[in-house]
Amino acid sequence: MILQHLAILQVMLPLLAAPLCVLSRSPLLAWGIAALAGLFALAGSFILFAQVLNAGVISYHIGNWAPPWGIEFRLDAANSFVLVVVSLVGAVCILYGRRSIEREIPEDDQPLFYTMLLLCFAGMLGVTSTGDAFNLFVFLEIFSLSSYVLVAMGAERDRRALTAAFTYLLLGTIGATFYVIGLGFVYALTGTLNMADMAVRITGMAGSGTLRVAFAFMIIGMGLKLAIFPMHLWLPNAYAFAPSIVTALLAGTATKVALYVLLRILFTIFSPAYPFESQTLQYLFLPLGLAGVFVASIVALFQQDVKRVLAWSSIAQSGYFLLGVSFASVGGLMASIVHLFNHAIMKSGLFLAVGCVVYRTGSCSIASFRGLGHKMPWTMAAFVIGGLSMIGIPATIGFTSKWYLILAALERGWWPVAIAIVAGSLLALFYFGRIIEAAYLQPSTDDSTITEAPLSMLAPMWMLTISCLALGIDSELTVSAARAAAEALFLDPHAGLPAHTGP
Amino acid sequence: MTGIDFILAHYNYSASIILMALGFYIVISRGNLIKKIVGLNLFQVSVFMLYISMGKVSGGTAPILTGKPELFSNPLPHVLILTAIVVGVATTAIGLALIVRIKDAYGVIEEDEILVMDRAREQLDARSG
Repeated sequence: MILQHLAILQVMLPLLAAPLCVLSRSPLLAWGIAALAGLFALAGSFILFAQVLNAGVISYHIGNWAPPWGIEFRLDAANSFVLVVVSLVGAVCILYGRRSIEREIPEDDQPLFYTMLLLCFAGMLGVTSTGDAFNLFVFLEIFSLSSYVLVAMGAERDRRALTAAFTYLLLGTIGATFYVIGLGFVYALTGTLNMADMAVRITGMAGSGTLRVAFAFMIIGMGLKLAIFPMHLWLPNAYAFAPSIVTALLAGTATKVALYVLLRILFTIFSPAYPFESQTLQYLFLPLGLAGVFVASIVALFQQDVKRVLAWSSIAQSGYFLLGVSFASVGGLMASIVHLFNHAIMKSGLFLAVGCVVYRTGSCSIASFRGLGHKMPWTMAAFVIGGLSMIGIPATIGFTSKWYLILAALERGWWPVAIAIVAGSLLALFYFGRIIEAAYLQPSTDDSTITEAPLSMLAPMWMLTISCLALGIDSELTVSAARAAAEALFLDPHAGLPAHTGP
Repeated sequence: MTGIDFILAHYNYSASIILMALGFYIVISRGNLIKKIVGLNLFQVSVFMLYISMGKVSGGTAPILTGKPELFSNPLPHVLILTAIVVGVATTAIGLALIVRIKDAYGVIEEDEILVMDRAREQLDARSG
């Protein structure tokens, strides 16, 4: 009975838990509520994912209004997989967050902070679940508006968080508005807001100029949210000055959700058979992806702050996503989705490790990492594993991503791209090498008060680190899930699996 | 119908495009943070106009069932914009709240002056680190 409504409960429970956090004036109680909501979403997403794999697409009609008139939550192999990623990273971040938030946020603000965290989380789950293009915008704004606030909460530590949040707000709003403009044009053409219905109705309109404008607006809008290379300017400061836990959450989920929306636009609403899109992929995404990988990796080499190194590395990873998408093949798309999952796990793990260092040392400059390898062995071990995974060493999940990306490049016969992917990994070796060298080989600053981070922070962080290793050694699970997701997106989204409906 | 006639006949769309460009230009070109928010508002309002123009049917009334056959405007874009207005107000509120905090922390709300202070801070960090 209740299981039928899981698709909507998944989003509603964190959304309803958010005001409860405001009412509970105690930080501990607020954390408890947030953690329960996070764990519920995590369990729910796994159940939904299993249901989709076993029984096909889940279509939930909100208020029992049949689509395309009513709003539909439509879960297929692609978004139920993204749902697992988002809720996994979200739940781990909330569990980890209590001690870190105690240190970085004033006590009075903590319940409100958890409220924003839950709103952000619920918004991301909503974007991922919905099958309605305008509903997607509304959830996108719920998650964006709360993430602007979350970034600004870093002002307690550094006032630059405020300007970072302001820039993020301007560019984020422009991105979302661009999406709405594009959506308006598609609505004017098709008269529907349901994404699957839209896809059916725009077939045969390939010559329409309006459709081209709509496509361009939607792609640029989501590109801003995803921080595609020349549109990444909001990201480094927002990540560097936000509270540690917010950085970990945003790095693991926000850009992933934006990537998912981009994939929906590219492969569900439009399709690579649309000539304007295949040209965009080849002449825009491929060069921008390559430029992003190299420019961002080189900038990362010269940063003095570990959070900034990781932030620039995230922009480089957006480049890899674009490369995978630009191949316009099931293999490339699968590589992108594998990388989406893997990058969420390893980048969140890395930012959580940085959060532990900030908790103990109060700083995240590379200088403050000196000698930490001996003082905080567990934290730094997790950091090293995450770093190796980002470089793409075998037996970590990072290797799987790079492997499938290179395979997809070779499948298209684009061997220079394959070489570029390897070269990009080499740059990652240098920027992670600098930090790891400081932590293990440079003499420590003789501050004997620095000890290992508390267990309540280490345990959730190591959950991500262990999955980083386990799924790297046995990649069958993620790869088959990603393959199912890529096939669901790439092949005709309307044929094949029958839809079983809930009320 | 070409050129100027076309633009005049679709005056509501033309106005929305002009507002869009103006708002976007203000966001990019102005250094004052309040002016940036004003620009952002113009930009969003232009999209509201675009949607509302789209849903309007010439001579159509509000879609209320009277029992008689009547020409209705499409209510859906109007409802969508109601939501978008709420989103726009929330964005403006957060933007203005951030400006208040920036004024408290920096003492100014001019982007270039804030940038100078941040640069000085970065150099200080680089020297001490």
